[in-house]
Amino acid sequence: MSKLTLSRGINEGLRKALEHDPKVLIMGEDVGKLGGVFRVTDGLQKDFGEARVIDTPLAESGIVGTAIGLALRGYRPVCEIQFDGFVFPAVDQIVSQLAKMRYRSRGQLSLPVVIRIPCGGGIGAVEHHSESPEVLFTHTAGLRVVACSDAADAFTMIQQSISSDDPVIFFEPKRRYWDKAEVDTAAGVAGALPFDQARVALEGADVTLLCYGPLVRTCLESAAAAREGGRSIEVVDLRSLSPLDLDTITGSVRKTGRCVVAHEAPVFAGLGAEIAARVTERCFYHLEAPVLRVGGFATPYPPSRIEEHYLPDLDRILDAVDRTFGY
Amino acid sequence: MTVESGAATTAASVLDQPAPDTPDQAGEFIQLLTPEGERIDHPGYPLDLSDDAIAGLYRDLVLVRTIDTVAISLQRQGELGIWASLLGQEAAQIGSGRALGPDDMVFPTYREHGVAWCRGIDPVKLLELYRGVSHGGWAPEEHKFHLYTIVIGAQTLHATGYAMGIQRDGTDEAVIAYFGDGATSQGDVNEAFVWASVFNAPVVFYCQNNQWAISEPLEKQSRVPLYQRARGFGFPGLRVDGNDVLACYAVTKKAMQAAREGQGPTLIEAFTYRMGAHTTTDDPTRYRLASELEVWKLRDPIERVRAYLVRGGLADPEFFAEVDAEAKQVGARVREACRNMPDPPPLALFDHVYAEPTAILREEREQYAAYLDSFEAGEKESDQ
Repeated sequence: MSKLTLSRGINEGLRKALEHDPKVLIMGEDVGKLGGVFRVTDGLQKDFGEARVIDTPLAESGIVGTAIGLALRGYRPVCEIQFDGFVFPAVDQIVSQLAKMRYRSRGQLSLPVVIRIPCGGGIGAVEHHSESPEVLFTHTAGLRVVACSDAADAFTMIQQSISSDDPVIFFEPKRRYWDKAEVDTAAGVAGALPFDQARVALEGADVTLLCYGPLVRTCLESAAAAREGGRSIEVVDLRSLSPLDLDTITGSVRKTGRCVVAHEAPVFAGLGAEIAARVTERCFYHLEAPVLRVGGFATPYPPSRIEEHYLPDLDRILDAVDRTFGY
Repeated sequence: MTVESGAATTAASVLDQPAPDTPDQAGEFIQLLTPEGERIDHPGYPLDLSDDAIAGLYRDLVLVRTIDTVAISLQRQGELGIWASLLGQEAAQIGSGRALGPDDMVFPTYREHGVAWCRGIDPVKLLELYRGVSHGGWAPEEHKFHLYTIVIGAQTLHATGYAMGIQRDGTDEAVIAYFGDGATSQGDVNEAFVWASVFNAPVVFYCQNNQWAISEPLEKQSRVPLYQRARGFGFPGLRVDGNDVLACYAVTKKAMQAAREGQGPTLIEAFTYRMGAHTTTDDPTRYRLASELEVWKLRDPIERVRAYLVRGGLADPEFFAEVDAEAKQVGARVREACRNMPDPPPLALFDHVYAEPTAILREEREQYAAYLDSFEAGEKESDQ
């Protein structure tokens, strides 16, 4: 066991995958010599060579489009999109090509491509560097969409994503890149929690708080604060945004009778809307209150000096929790 | 008011001006067989085809035109939802398609029926897509012919990535990416050029310039001849008479060999003409003159091969009769197979979204199956 940052956890996971399977490739802007702008791929080109860790030209559609071709040839490319706001030039390749190839070929073609995207705000960045575009991809059949929240999970989830025969959009909470956690890099992924399952990050009795990516830490801190006030919050880290692990979600809500969903992305038509609908259908007679959502506003991402007002923080999350007790 | 109307006039007159450098339509191209059927030599492209092989190309040209004609009729009869005709582009496709090695990989658009024919794909499989029973029914790896790509230019990146895979495998293969004149405006095509160039990927970019992107003529896409674009990306570009099956064969053969030998990409502009509509939903009379078509009819890709074979005494009337009979047979078979093509079962729409169906998919499938069954149960009850 060693204490690693989340960024390092992904790096170690990528290293394992590169060692394990010669078909695994890393490709993206600045992923080679520089090691990526967040250093997630640090040292990999040095150890695995330029043919496997590829510094690409600066064009996101090109990165994903050529990754598709490499996957058709039998490779398992892991693409890095440098920032969330730069994925949009690649959306045709992701949505119309990558996601649909298995379906269009009636199961003859697999595209085991992973697209890593640093996501979310909170680092004081200029515009287009703080987006949460996950529902674009959860709304696209054929993609798996996952979000890691700490170093240990990131280490295993990136390896599971690379092993997946489906294309995976892998969200990395960029403001948590420097958070440290214990990671057993000697452990294999065989016994690990499957990457399409949610995890109860903290057990509680009074209300279920559903979250993923950057807000898992915020929600755990909210739960700790609430406990001081005598309220027991169960925090569920969704991990997989598509497919959704509804069994774990509904298991928790049936126990607590209350549910709040938190994400950085705008609440309107966000993942919380889907979860609220599913929970209501499945847990109607267990619910003491409507499912509430807390998240970004129906605005573009604001300038960083006021981003703290946009991002759901401990107080806004607990405010939503309090409101579920008002029914 | 005067100022305003004056400004409007200026704007309009600016828009009316032609671009200073419109494409050089009359420019030179590589040609080995004239429209009159005369063989001419080109020092860079000696032809390695026997007379029998040329007769074989004639057969290909006739058969794919027949299949195309049958498909258009099937669409008119309501058997196909739509059809994208290759009429006029047979030589560009058969010439390049027959120049490929068995291990070379093809990334087509949705109009590459002639290339599909060369790759041994049953034309009925092509019709599946246009009838709406599948999104592409053939086995891409078996035929080394990828699924048709509808989004313009997207496949050029797949081709380039596939070629990068060949480089890593260290094998003696190459890739050909098909696209049209309109596609050269797409970002993906330009990105594919960049990637192929900087990675020196073994890929040939084969642009069939058929002069029209639905209603837009070439001057809406480019101020320079398309093949000249390659120079800016750092690899060779050339223009070939796209209605000359021999020249298309020779230039493709050479470019693919160069790619296999590590010389990187080539852009081939096959200068041809879309003699039909863009698709069966299109009406070219709204945007182009009939006289233009008449000019191109004189450059027909099939007639010149026939003239060459007849003039040289390389094929007898029996051969042409045999090809015609075979065309009739193939046409009849395609027609019959299309009409008898069953719809997929409704629940097939849930298949192959993921390697394994997700819980939500399984649930939706079960619920919809039960919903469908409820009608059958209702019908049974009312029968009793």
